[in-house]
Amino acid sequence: MAGTRPDTRLARWLVAGPPLLYLLVFFAAPALIMVLASFRSPGEFGGLAPLVDEAGKVDLNVDSYARFLTETVYMQVFVKSAWYAGLTTAICLLLAYPLATLIAKSAKKYRDLLLLLVILPFWSNFLIRIYAWMIILGPNAALAKAVNGVLAVFGAGPVPLLFSGFAVLVCLVYVHLPFMVLPLYANLEKHDQALLDAAQDLGANAWQRFWRITFPLSLPGVYAGAALVFIPALGIFAIPDILGGPEDTLIGNLIKQQFLETRDWPFGSVLSIVLTVSALVLAGTAAWVGRRSLGAARA
Amino acid sequence: MALLDIQGVTRRFGDFTAVDHVSLAIEAGEFFTLLGPSGCGKTTLLRMIAGFDLPDAGRILLNGEDIAGRPPEARPVRTVFQSYSLFPHMSVEGNIAFPLEMARVPPAERRPRIEAALEDVRLVGFNKRYPHELSGGQKQRVAIARALITHPTMLLLDEPLAALDAKLREELQIELINLQKEVGIAFVYVTHDQTEALALSHRIAVMNRGCVEQLDEPSKIYGFPRTRFVADFIGHCNLFSGPVLSNAEGIVRIDVAGLGPVLVAAQSSIAVGANGSIALRPEKTRIAAPQDANDPHAGGFAAALPPEGAHRAARGGPSPLVDPHAGGFAAALPPEGAHRAARGGPSPLVPDNRYRGTVADLLYMGDVTVYRVATPGGSRVEALLANSQSGRAKFFEVGDAVEVSWRVDAGHFIEE
Repeated sequence: MAGTRPDTRLARWLVAGPPLLYLLVFFAAPALIMVLASFRSPGEFGGLAPLVDEAGKVDLNVDSYARFLTETVYMQVFVKSAWYAGLTTAICLLLAYPLATLIAKSAKKYRDLLLLLVILPFWSNFLIRIYAWMIILGPNAALAKAVNGVLAVFGAGPVPLLFSGFAVLVCLVYVHLPFMVLPLYANLEKHDQALLDAAQDLGANAWQRFWRITFPLSLPGVYAGAALVFIPALGIFAIPDILGGPEDTLIGNLIKQQFLETRDWPFGSVLSIVLTVSALVLAGTAAWVGRRSLGAARA
Repeated sequence: MALLDIQGVTRRFGDFTAVDHVSLAIEAGEFFTLLGPSGCGKTTLLRMIAGFDLPDAGRILLNGEDIAGRPPEARPVRTVFQSYSLFPHMSVEGNIAFPLEMARVPPAERRPRIEAALEDVRLVGFNKRYPHELSGGQKQRVAIARALITHPTMLLLDEPLAALDAKLREELQIELINLQKEVGIAFVYVTHDQTEALALSHRIAVMNRGCVEQLDEPSKIYGFPRTRFVADFIGHCNLFSGPVLSNAEGIVRIDVAGLGPVLVAAQSSIAVGANGSIALRPEKTRIAAPQDANDPHAGGFAAALPPEGAHRAARGGPSPLVDPHAGGFAAALPPEGAHRAARGGPSPLVPDNRYRGTVADLLYMGDVTVYRVATPGGSRVEALLANSQSGRAKFFEVGDAVEVSWRVDAGHFIEE
């Protein structure tokens, strides 16, 4: 029984080959190009300066990295992005947990319908949904009038809802909520009611049953959902572009600016790399902490 | 006052009545079993005792107090679930400590109690293991330790051994008996496995379709089933039914289709013509080579053999006694047969039931062989023979002509 039969191996490569090739060409190669670009100089009219200059010298430097580290404004934008993404993740978790629980506990015939409702927004275009929020939050819409009406009673306001951090956060939560609901649901749906019965039988009240049994067992779902929300929220640019004010420039906007407006490709590449690496580090840390806290809960 | 008093409890699910006016009392320190097929209401009853379900009618009193208003977490009753329900994210120690934490037992007090509990179930040193690192039997022991650590007044066990293999089950049965003796609290055990119920219990309530059919000690349940259901459900049983032909002097004679008249010792006031049943355990049925192959009356009544002859016949050897009166009631028996009239019932002059047939099929089970004998009339009689002689697997083969017989007091009469 030693080794794998050659034809099985061939079949395996034939099946896995195309997607591997696809990832290599369209993901690994561009990432490599980006890394390379981050060490080059910006071109006179945008883009990249020639790799080898007239003097025959290879032009590779860390100037763009130095710029990111020395000019604090970029770090501030980065921290602000992380803050928005973190807040979005936390709010999504608080909203999604009861929703996912409800779906997981509902009768089988309603479950599919409820799940369909959760993913229904995906059926309409992402940008259209963001523009819809412009209308909802606009100064002449009912919501803004109601809020400012209430504020006026207390002698405050009026405040604009649109083009604010508030608008960005609301839309970030709205867009990412399904990504938290689905993994949480997938986890909670598998929970064994018998464990909760056992906990109750052993003297646990409703809160203790949730906190000691349901929640610890749902942590894999929580981490998966958090990663699925936090990482895209960290790099998003369309929402702050459309709904945010001038203060609400996030790292995604900055990267977009570097490539499309300032045309400083090396610096744009540096920002992208910082974003990617920090997302990877965060995801890795979350997974590690998750495993450890699960272990600690066990010990 | 009984520890647990169940009074007229009924539970319906839509049109289905899961538990139908059940009343029973469980005493302190008793090993009590609810036995029945799936859907008989035994688990529903257990869940109502635990508090996971509430009766639609009737009351459940624990120590004289109606516990209807108390949720499961507030009842001094613990359950061991069929699937063990150990918390997968907690170690053995964490699992066992859980009820102590819920009861706000100070941490300093927990440790010695956990150690003692692990000792009780022979799992010392398993503190840091996780449920997925334990075998089925070990998981079951952890579940029991966890349920017992807060000293409940009653332990409910819902088919706790169903998921284990036969050998381990037997071992754990003995452990359960010892553990129950040791802790001294009442165990209420739910199972569909009659051998388990017979082996473990002080008393058994046999349930069928939401009702208790019989509540008795194991030996009474097995030996004197009160209904056809109980006779059939507990162990293997030949069940013969038919109209009563006569009822006199402690002997009931019923007419069984395919077999003819069958006699049974019974103190019954049943009227002639009414329907009755006889439950006969296969191990009380003798099987032997026919006494006379040319007997023209095969299949009818034959005279009883003296016990010595019967034993010889059972071993397949030739019997010296051949009955000349086969087909009708036999003449007087030799006096040796007199001791047969146990329990003062039938007169020693009453002959055994005796029928001819052929072996239709047989089941060799190692220690015993079960023979199913087909009578010419189309009836089936099951007989069990112990293979006590080494190297001897079977006495008869399929198709062999045989004679089955049993004493009139071997069967148990059931009125219907």
